[in-house]
Order: sequence, then C-alpha cells, then structure tokens
Amino acid sequence: MNNCALMKQKPTLKRALQIVAFNTVIALGITAFMQQGLWINLVYSQCIGLSIWALIDFGQYWLVSDLQLQWRRLFLIAPVGAALGYLLGTAAAQRFFPGHDFHHWSSHPNQALGFLIISLVAGGISTYFFMSREQLALARADMARTQREAEAAQRQAAQAQLTLLQSQLEPHMLFNTLANLRALISLDPERAQTMLDHMVAYLRATLGASRATLHPLQTEFDRLGDYLELIKVRMGARLHYTLTLPDDLAGLNVPPLLLQPLVENAIKHGLEPKVAGGGVLVSARQQGSQITLEVQDTGVGLAAGAAVADGFGLAQLRERLQTVYGPTATMNLVADSAGGTRAIVTFFI
Amino acid sequence: MIMTASATALIAEDEPLLAAALQAELARAWPALQVLAVLGDGQAALSQALLLQPDVLFFDIRMPGLSGLEAATELVDAWDSRQKPFPALVFVTAYEQYAVQAFEAQALDYLLKPVQPARLQKTVSKLQLALASRAQDATTSEASAGSDGASLEATVRQLRQLLASIDGPKPAPAMPLRHIAASVGATLRLVPVDEVVYFEAADKYVRVLTREREYLIRTPLKDLLPQLDASVFWQIHRGTVVNNRFIETMLRDEAGKAFVTLVGLPGRLAVSRLYVHLFRPM
Repeated sequence: MNNCALMKQKPTLKRALQIVAFNTVIALGITAFMQQGLWINLVYSQCIGLSIWALIDFGQYWLVSDLQLQWRRLFLIAPVGAALGYLLGTAAAQRFFPGHDFHHWSSHPNQALGFLIISLVAGGISTYFFMSREQLALARADMARTQREAEAAQRQAAQAQLTLLQSQLEPHMLFNTLANLRALISLDPERAQTMLDHMVAYLRATLGASRATLHPLQTEFDRLGDYLELIKVRMGARLHYTLTLPDDLAGLNVPPLLLQPLVENAIKHGLEPKVAGGGVLVSARQQGSQITLEVQDTGVGLAAGAAVADGFGLAQLRERLQTVYGPTATMNLVADSAGGTRAIVTFFI
Repeated sequence: MIMTASATALIAEDEPLLAAALQAELARAWPALQVLAVLGDGQAALSQALLLQPDVLFFDIRMPGLSGLEAATELVDAWDSRQKPFPALVFVTAYEQYAVQAFEAQALDYLLKPVQPARLQKTVSKLQLALASRAQDATTSEASAGSDGASLEATVRQLRQLLASIDGPKPAPAMPLRHIAASVGATLRLVPVDEVVYFEAADKYVRVLTREREYLIRTPLKDLLPQLDASVFWQIHRGTVVNNRFIETMLRDEAGKAFVTLVGLPGRLAVSRLYVHLFRPM
C-alpha cells in the first residue's frame, strides 16, 4: 500500500519530460538512418513513445500494487504495453498526416517490424530505467522509515520504563523513608535494621521487577507487606493494615508488583490526606475460576481525592492484567459505602 | 542576643519520628530554643500557632488536612501583628523540586529531609540573627508597630510569590466558562457565569451565589478557577472567588483586616492579606 502511494507521488511531469526527450533521441536516430523527414519521425516517435508510456504506467497502476513483490509482472506489462502503444501511437500519428494509413505498413512489412522492434526495445529500456530508479527510492524510503520506527519504539520503551521506575521510586517517598531511617538509627537501632530490611526487599523487587515474568501471590503479598511496613514506620499510629491471603491461592502466579499501584493510591490519595489516618485491607479470594484481588482503604474516598485518576499507574496495571489474563480481566475503583475506596481486580484462570 | 534566650518554636510535622528527630536536632543546635508544641496536621498547627504565638515556625509542607503552605497563608490572615511580630517561617520538605526553587527565589528558609545537622546550624544562625535584630528594633523605637507590620508584609509578599510560582503561570482559558451546570433536585440548571456574584468553597462542595439564590456544585474551586475569566473573577481568599462587577466597596477594620461589600447581597467577604494587592487604589 505504501509503495503504491509513493509511486503516485513521483513527479509525473518530470517523467513525461524524460520520455519526450527519449522519444526525440529515437526520432533523431531514425532520421539519421532512414529517408523520412525529421518532422514525421518526431511526431510518430512522440505519439508512439507517449502511448507506450501511458499504457505501461496504466498497466502498472492496475496490476502492480507492491513493486517489491510483483515486479515480475512488468515482464508482461512492458511488451504488451509497447506493442499496443505502438499500434495506438501509430494510429494517432497518422491523423496528423493525410494519406498515411495502415496500408503503408502492409506494403513495407520490414519497416513496420523494425519500428515495432524499436518500440519494444525502447519500452523495455525506459521501463527498466524508471523501475530501477523507483526501486532505489523505495528502498531508501523504506530503510529510513524502518529506522525511524525502530528509534521511536526504542524511545517509547525507554520512556515507559523510566516512568514506571519513577512512579515506583517516588522521590518524596524515598527521601521521607530515608529521613525516618536516619531518625531511627539513634532512637531504636533494632527497629532501624528491620526497616532497612523491608526497604532492601522493596527496592530489590521494584528495581528487578521484570514485566515478562510472574511470581506467586504469596511473594506479591510479602512485597506489599514490605511497602506497608515502611509506610507504617512513617505514619505511626495513623496507619493499620491487614493482608489476607488464603493458603490455596498462595501459589497462584501473578505479574510482579501488580497490586503495588493500588496500595500506593490507597496511601497517597486515601489515607495520607486524612488527619485521623485509617486502614488498608488487601485480600484475595476465588469463586470457581474467577479470582478477585482487592485493595480496600478507609481513607478520604473517591470524591474528595479526585486525583485518584492519576492515570499512569492504573493504565499500566490494566494493560498488564489484560496482557496476562486476556480481555476479561478488569480493574475497577468503587467508592466504599463506609467512606473509603475499593480497588477490585478480577480475572479468570 | 537579647531575646534568643527565651525564643520559642512550634513544629508541624505529620510523621512522628521525623518530628521527634527535628526536635532532638534543634535541642543540639539551639539548646535555648523552647519548643512549645509539636503538631501532626496543618489545622492543629494553625490554631496552636495562634494560641501560643511562638517566634519560629517549622512547617512540614505535606501534611493531612491543611498543607504547610496553606496553614501559613491562613496564619498570615489570622495573625494580629499589633500584639506580636509574625513568626519567622521555616518550611521542611522531603522532596519538592519546584518548591525548593521557589523558596530560593523568595529567600524563604527551608530544610530538606533528612535534616543535616550542618544545614540546620545555618538555619538556626539565621533565625537567631533575625530575632535579635527584631528585638533591637523593638527596644530602639517606641512605635514598633511599623517594623512588626513590615515582617508580616514581607512574609505575605514572599508567600504570594511562592504560591504563584508553585502553581505556575496560569494560561488564560481558551474559552472562559459561560454557564455553571448546577443540579437543583432532579433538574439541571444552567446558571450564566455573569450572574454569579461569588463562589465559596464549603467542605466537599462549592457554593455558587447569585443575587436570587444559591446553588451547590461538586467541582472543586481549584478546578473551577482556571476556567473563569481572570479579569472578572478574583480570588480574594483561599476559598472565595468573587465577580468583581458585584464588588461595591473594600474596607478595613481596626485590626487592619480587609473586607469587600457586594452589590445586591448583604454581608461582607473577607479578603486575604495575600490578595489585598488586587485592591490598590489607582
């Protein structure tokens, strides 16, 4: 399709001029070797040459949609176009000269054959000339496009990776956590060590989370526990949390850190803005082949925390869900009747 | 160093460990400083600051309820500088790249978390100097109200420019809002924006007042504001945006607080010190 569009963009006028020049050269050659006048040869040559060009171009337009794949068709189009163009051009040229008609050819079969051969050779040469140039231009354009596309894809992938990392290693969270750690070192070294262990586990999971692999739900819940424990050190009594994972779901494989953005949202948009703080409940359950994972908070709720539609994390989550579990996998945010927010992930196994 | 011996401070920080750490670091860097209270949210910090009237405020920026910036702007309005000069303000933040640039530009003091002892020492020296010169002013000139007002005015100016640079330059709306869609029971009323006298934030709603009646809408004021024609609708308080065509007069009470009265509506609306500059006489 692209090739076709490209061909049509080729400047037709330039090509017509090249054809006319080529025809003129043929007319001059014929005049030099034959007795007829230059004027007559020029008219015949132009009429035949332009007809051949028009027919071959027309044939190519209708029969060749992808030059790279269908170039062999030109072996049919070029000679048929040249022969028909020869007849059509001759008929057209005869209109300029009263007395010229096809009887002339029947009385001079050698001359007719000679001109037909000239037409075929000229048609073949010009077709080859234009096609090879077109091929070259197409190949160049193709290469440039492929290169551009590859570069764009690479940039996009790098950008997505960076945005994901930035959202997970949010500087505000990181520096606040470090500030707390600094405070704990002198106040309670043992607790500082525990906090550091959670932080190491969280960072290792975040930095190493590959989008391609899966990990068991138990590991997912452990990482959420690390994160919530870090936040709990910061928020103190303002945060309490519960992780509920039934034993028979512990081994279920899920994309790593799938629920992380939901727990982060619960903290950032639900509980952090609430003076009294509150709770986070992360749970998993199974009904038949349907798995439901839920992150529920008792925070300020959807209406007040309008910023929940903090697109990137949730869009990413939906995309990952559907890549792994297909189009029936869903993620919905629901305003909890008790005032908080429930983020519900469902998929079928 | 006349006054520093009895200098007092208030800390607003929602993370208990960080509040304790700052207090401990302060005790080392400035043993004479008396920390009157440590509060965990902006609203409590505001009311305690008014009650205790400390010399120095350490405000965390991200706090539940009111943010540190919001609490400071409210405090500027509520503060009576005839009784005591406005406290020296130090913002504490973990990572607010843009805010830090804004602080630098406005010469407001700030501390980055985790707070480094050397950096804290610098802040403490600056604060001690400021309080000492303030004390000197008070003893040399009988009419100290002038310089007290000056410290408040300076803070107001800094805060106003700080807020403006943090919010960023607001692009004029391509198409200012023409109607406010407000539901009245089951029906939806389109209230022409020209008829709105003022908008007022009220908990989860925004009150829309026309001369005839009042509507409630759910769009937060901060989302509504950029859609309004800024040459007509003026923010005069954190929670108030008024149509200037309905402003009758601007007046001040004895304490220097500003109000506007409105054409066609009784009562008056408070004008924040941050926005009083809108009413400069020509």
